[in-house]
Amino acid sequence: MFAYIAKRLLMMVGVVLGVVFVVFTIMYITPGDPAEIMLGETATYAEKETLREQLGLNEPFLVQFGNYSKNLFLRGDLGISYTTKQSVSSEILERFPTTLMLAVLGVAVAVGIGIPLGIISAIRQYTVFDNISLVLALTGVSMPNFWQGMMMIILFSVWLGWFPSSGFNTPLHWLMPALTIGTSSAAMIMRMTRSSMLEVVRQDYICTARAKGLKESTVIIKHALRNSLIPVITVAGLQFGALLGGSVITESIFSIPGVGKLMVDAVKQRNGPMVQGGVLFTAIIFSFVNLFVDIVYTYIDPRIRSQYSRKAKKGRKAPHE
Amino acid sequence: MSENPLPLEKENEVYSRKSWWGEVWGRLYLNKMAMAGLAILIILVLAAIFADAIAPFGYDDQNLNETFLRPSLSHLFGTDNFGRDIFSRILYGARISLTVGLFSVSISVVAGGLLGAVSAYYGHMTDNVIMRLVDVFLAIPGILLSISIASALGPGLMNMMIAVGIGSLPTYARVTRAAVLSIKEQEFIEAAVSVGASNFRVILRHILPNCLAPIIVQATLGVASAILVAASMSFIGLGLEPPTPEWGAMLSVGRPFIRDHWHIVTFPGIMIMFTIFALNVFGDGLRDALDPRLKR
Repeated sequence: MFAYIAKRLLMMVGVVLGVVFVVFTIMYITPGDPAEIMLGETATYAEKETLREQLGLNEPFLVQFGNYSKNLFLRGDLGISYTTKQSVSSEILERFPTTLMLAVLGVAVAVGIGIPLGIISAIRQYTVFDNISLVLALTGVSMPNFWQGMMMIILFSVWLGWFPSSGFNTPLHWLMPALTIGTSSAAMIMRMTRSSMLEVVRQDYICTARAKGLKESTVIIKHALRNSLIPVITVAGLQFGALLGGSVITESIFSIPGVGKLMVDAVKQRNGPMVQGGVLFTAIIFSFVNLFVDIVYTYIDPRIRSQYSRKAKKGRKAPHE
Repeated sequence: MSENPLPLEKENEVYSRKSWWGEVWGRLYLNKMAMAGLAILIILVLAAIFADAIAPFGYDDQNLNETFLRPSLSHLFGTDNFGRDIFSRILYGARISLTVGLFSVSISVVAGGLLGAVSAYYGHMTDNVIMRLVDVFLAIPGILLSISIASALGPGLMNMMIAVGIGSLPTYARVTRAAVLSIKEQEFIEAAVSVGASNFRVILRHILPNCLAPIIVQATLGVASAILVAASMSFIGLGLEPPTPEWGAMLSVGRPFIRDHWHIVTFPGIMIMFTIFALNVFGDGLRDALDPRLKR
């Protein structure tokens, strides 16, 4: 198990290095003169040249990349924002809790809606309920979340006046963004729960449980659900990672001051270091979340876990992936 | 002669085995949801092709006396802030959205497919290098990758399609690689190699045609997500610029007016939803039809 985690961590270091290189290269070829963005069009050539020299923008590509990586990995420094002239990493870290909160709420919505609906449509397979939930799931996946957000603003903020349409200060502000970001994940989790549940319900041990005379609710909750949730947890975890990236859209609609909105604004202002920092930061968090989900997955499934301990006893190398 | 064919010929016709695609179609035809999806898609494609004939107004015909009109018989979906007919704009928008979907998926299928195929076929070092590269791209959430590429390339239809295409390329590389791995060990590949076919020929003529099924399914579902990503990008102002009647851009432009004029943002969104819905149910149906064993 330990060897597996170490191996995965090592692979992740490689991936992160690659991500830094790719994102840096994309931003390097992005047109626009940073000195002009920072100083405005009225600045003289000499002023711009001095600034470029200061920022190291006259260095060759590889030297710039080396400096950037050195600052990033040794000091967690992502450069300086062209517009606010503040440190990019501190601006991102300042806003990250909001984005994290949004993603957590989104996953909560997804799990809270997806799992119960998935269970019910599995135990009531081919009934009206199952069909309705299928249509709901398909609609949930097909709805663009920015449109869903706007429709909710029209209905709940403008017409009914129940919820505020922007900001993220109180729980009342959280509901609509959480629903917006969580709906499509809810649909996915629901379908996953349903199919996983249907598979488990057909197993012999469920038959045994029923034959023992257990109550149907005990059979479903204690025997079927616990086993069918294993793949669902993986999907929920991966969705959490995806929601961190997907917050870009939701934050823009509800004017939530998170990392996503920071990035979108930065793109519009051609604020390269901020875009670069935001994408890198999100990608690194995303990789960590995925790694964590993989580890949790191997840990919670008793079958996989025992496989590892058996292999370990035999003194063989743990299998990977 | 044709009125009275030989019995033998007729028998052959009756018992002749349907082609593989015929069988797939037969299974697909029985799937009501998939057929409904296909019907919506056909209507959309026709609407896009014949937009000039169907649309009552041009997509950029402004009429400042008729701004913000509610839906009515003369303007089915109402008019926007410049008095442009939203119904007409949506019809023209179908052209753009479908083009973006198809073209960007073609980019990712061709490039991703080739990478995946080469990776699986040559194996060893090549496989390792390509797949680690794919891992790197997969580590960046798709929409962020598309956003960074779009900001590097600048606005415009072509650039947006490239950005969206590259954003989803890694998935196709993975799908193709998995499919090729399962085909490459089969005997007919060995036969092709032993009669002296070049690697290039083996990949293109023998391997790829045999792993089309998963790629087609992935591509159908991919068109849906490409349209969604493109619309999201236009929505945050990174895709197409006004007055292009792209659905996402229409939502973005209509956004400041949602407090008083709900219809401006309602209809383009419904169109996106319908399109994605149709592609998703059709894609799911296609997957089940292509490989009945996978049916859930």
